[in-house]
Amino acid sequence: MADTVDNAIAGPEATQPFAELGLKPDEYQRIRDILGRRPTSSELAMYSVMWSEHCSYKSSKVHLRQFGEKAPKTDALLVGIGENAGVVDIGDGWAVTFKVESHNHPSYVEPYQGAATGVGGIVRDIMSMGARPIAVMDPLRFGPLDAADTKRVLPGIVAGIGGYGNCLGLPNIGGEVVFDSSYAGNPLVNALCVGAMRHEDIHLASAKGVGNLVILYGARTGGDGIGGVSVLASETFSDGGPTKRPSVQVGDPFMEKLLIEATLDVLGAGLVEGIQDLGGAGISCATSELASNGDGGMHVWLDRVLLRDRSLSPEEILMSESQERMCAVVTPAKLEEFLAKCAKWDVEAVVIGEVNDSGRLTVDWHGERIVDVPPRSVAHDGPVYQRPLHRPSWQDALQADTPDDLLRPVDGEQLRATALNLIGAPNLASKAWITDQYDRYVQGNTILAQPEDAGMVRVDEQTGLGVAVSCDCNGRFAKLDPYTGAQLALAESYRNVSASGAIPLAVTNCLNFGSPEDPEVMWQFAEAVRGLADGCLELGIPVTGGNVSFYNQTGTTAILPTPVVGVLAVIDDVDRRTPISWGPDGELIYLLGDTRDEFAGSEWAHHVHGHLGGMPPRVDLARERLLSEIMIAGSRDGMLTAAHDISDGGLMITLSEMAMHSGIGARCWLPDDIDPFVQLFAESAGRAVVVVPRSEELRFTEMCAARGLPAHRIGVVDSELGADAGYPGQQVLQISDLLTVTIDELRAAHTATLPAILNA
Amino acid sequence: MSPRIGVVTFPGTLDDGDAARAVRFAGGEPVALWHGDADLKSVDAVILPGGFSYGDYLRCGAISRFAPVMTPVITAAGAGMPVLGICNGFQILCESHLLPGALTRNQSMHFICRDQRLRIENTSTAWTNGFAHGQEIVIPLKNGEGNFNADTATLDELEAEGRVIARYVDVNPNGSQRDIAGITNARGNVVGLMPHPEHAIEDLTGPSLDGLVFFSSVLNALVGA
Repeated sequence: MADTVDNAIAGPEATQPFAELGLKPDEYQRIRDILGRRPTSSELAMYSVMWSEHCSYKSSKVHLRQFGEKAPKTDALLVGIGENAGVVDIGDGWAVTFKVESHNHPSYVEPYQGAATGVGGIVRDIMSMGARPIAVMDPLRFGPLDAADTKRVLPGIVAGIGGYGNCLGLPNIGGEVVFDSSYAGNPLVNALCVGAMRHEDIHLASAKGVGNLVILYGARTGGDGIGGVSVLASETFSDGGPTKRPSVQVGDPFMEKLLIEATLDVLGAGLVEGIQDLGGAGISCATSELASNGDGGMHVWLDRVLLRDRSLSPEEILMSESQERMCAVVTPAKLEEFLAKCAKWDVEAVVIGEVNDSGRLTVDWHGERIVDVPPRSVAHDGPVYQRPLHRPSWQDALQADTPDDLLRPVDGEQLRATALNLIGAPNLASKAWITDQYDRYVQGNTILAQPEDAGMVRVDEQTGLGVAVSCDCNGRFAKLDPYTGAQLALAESYRNVSASGAIPLAVTNCLNFGSPEDPEVMWQFAEAVRGLADGCLELGIPVTGGNVSFYNQTGTTAILPTPVVGVLAVIDDVDRRTPISWGPDGELIYLLGDTRDEFAGSEWAHHVHGHLGGMPPRVDLARERLLSEIMIAGSRDGMLTAAHDISDGGLMITLSEMAMHSGIGARCWLPDDIDPFVQLFAESAGRAVVVVPRSEELRFTEMCAARGLPAHRIGVVDSELGADAGYPGQQVLQISDLLTVTIDELRAAHTATLPAILNA
Repeated sequence: MSPRIGVVTFPGTLDDGDAARAVRFAGGEPVALWHGDADLKSVDAVILPGGFSYGDYLRCGAISRFAPVMTPVITAAGAGMPVLGICNGFQILCESHLLPGALTRNQSMHFICRDQRLRIENTSTAWTNGFAHGQEIVIPLKNGEGNFNADTATLDELEAEGRVIARYVDVNPNGSQRDIAGITNARGNVVGLMPHPEHAIEDLTGPSLDGLVFFSSVLNALVGA
């Protein structure tokens, strides 16, 4: 028998398992104060999930406000932060929405399903704005490549992302794969999705219009992903009730594909007043958010929900995180047409509620009232914590431990060995073992996919309008200095999309940190958010949404602070995109920007010496902006045939990647005024390599000189170099008289690393 | 009037839009066909595109084979209408017994997406007449279950009759017997192909323009007929 509101009034002193549901005593008391009585078990369940860290952002809210407060002025933002995902104007009546979310903990527990449902969740977020999903990408982080647990989780996570995403028909256009011991026992699975729509198709999650109907459609509701709520269930039901179930949800990508098509069909036909996806906190979240954003009232007949398991209790139905479900608000006149569209796609749909002006969210279960709450108190007025912050006791010592004394390669032979060592380092090696399991071709609009700097997809086939996205983060930089590290992540992502020729417009982020109850972690978080907000303001691109993932730690050891930053950019015609491959012979290779002796947090220090200490590379966002403008102008005016950002591993890795990708060699030289090792392997920010046809050289260098961007001619594309360099018939990359490597050697080192471990 | 090429959408089909675009690029008129309608809308040829129809549940293509649209497709194929099955479409053609053999899980057990080199070995089918015999082409391949298998007698028969239309070159990506990437029926009107020609029709989005020839071939065959 369900615990009704009448019960709650009649039995005010019943003991309730709020602690087991993750609520603190003062939070429980607050619920009692809001309701003026004890909550029913269903209400308690709803508040407990909606006030969880994951749903309420209670520890991060006070910091995340900066993204709004410091938002740069822009006309590009059609829907700002706070909705399911921000919406950006890209011109010609088109809008784009994008967002990145984490699915870290489920992916550790059950790699395949955890990662698969991470993709499913973010895709529904994008659909709930009215957009057709057009691409996905996945920033991933694992423990050391050769660690036993990496071999347990990585293949499953990759197969899960591929198995789900491929089945939806969404091209996977990039991402990141990073290995670091701090992620052993806590891999990060972040999933990003981009969607496109016409301006008039933008939809919001709100239940407006008294008398309008609330429809739940998609998969049936089952007992998966219930987590802590089984505590309640076991209290409510005795023998014969559902037993504790796995907390990781199970995905059905085929259902999600049908859900996408049905949703686009009903949106396209103008049948929907408001729409919301069902993700974390399931029906509790969808109904309370829809009601809270709308006319303020909603009634739900919970027993109408179609179930996979008829023994589920109402508390479980409210909390279930069964995948592939959506909620829509529809006028009664359009109900029949809505249901017909769903039937066409074999998607089940049922009216579960109605919008009213009561100001309350009420839920009935077989005629009995089990929930009667102010919806805002559930969805938006959760607790807010000003968690204590403390700069870590070890921060000074870490920053003082510079890489200056590490043994450096001193001659050509050692530099050559370092280059071949680094190009095969797990973090720099080819990720084809992973990305070849993702479909990058489907939809026929993929212009650039990894290993390019940014992923790029065409939005409008007629005009060539497109978008580019990159996501980046070096967690080592963030550990050395979270404020700077977050800005470096932003700078790299911004630089990557710019290198492709697209104009940066907006930012999303996935902030992966340890426990917010640890003041030192909270300090890292606060600093990273402050750095990112300041950086976005300076670069003039707003944060449109994002996600916070806390409690990423094993025991008391937190992961590297990992604020993954995604930047979305627009390109008016994808035909002018700039790839990373160079050629043909005779084109000139230019290094843009300044190189300094900056090795703290570098891939060289990490891979060769296992060292992490010092201060991260200097950030100069004005310089980043200038570099971006130069690369975009170069693309627009046909002055560049290739561009590639310089980041992990430094210039040598950038040149090697360009040579490998194009299959053509080059003769390069280094400026005299800088140590060759520093020039080749330092990770100074604000730099890129660009390739200029001879006919455009003067125009390009004059532009750089006029704008004050250092541009050094460091090489020329040369496919005939092999014979002179002692490698007849081979393509080689030659750096002054210091070192010569063949592209075959680079490729061999680059491609061997992941298969050697993962196929073993 | 340009030939009308039907493109079937099953629940879970993904590359229908790409196939329709390829038909358009080649100069044909794409016509959307729905799995639930036993109606070919007077098309001149049919493409069963790639994807995961019915989620690949039970067995790839095993459920789609029973879709209402397949009844007229099978009848028309028997009467000589050109039919091309790409990837999942190839699997459906095998399940429908319009083509022999079966596509099983890749030898690597992983889904694989790569630019694949093929050699065209039969240029007399409705879908390959625009190629030169022995021509090597590069088009995307993306599948989890593309490992072509048949018994030895069937394989020998396919070889003897020249019904292997394309073979993998350099790398056999999925373990297919005798490197088989595509086959045809005895009449040469029904072709199954594991790689995706519809993803190689534009410089901007594909590794080559080689894929377009499959679609221009069928237009040639129809106009010439």
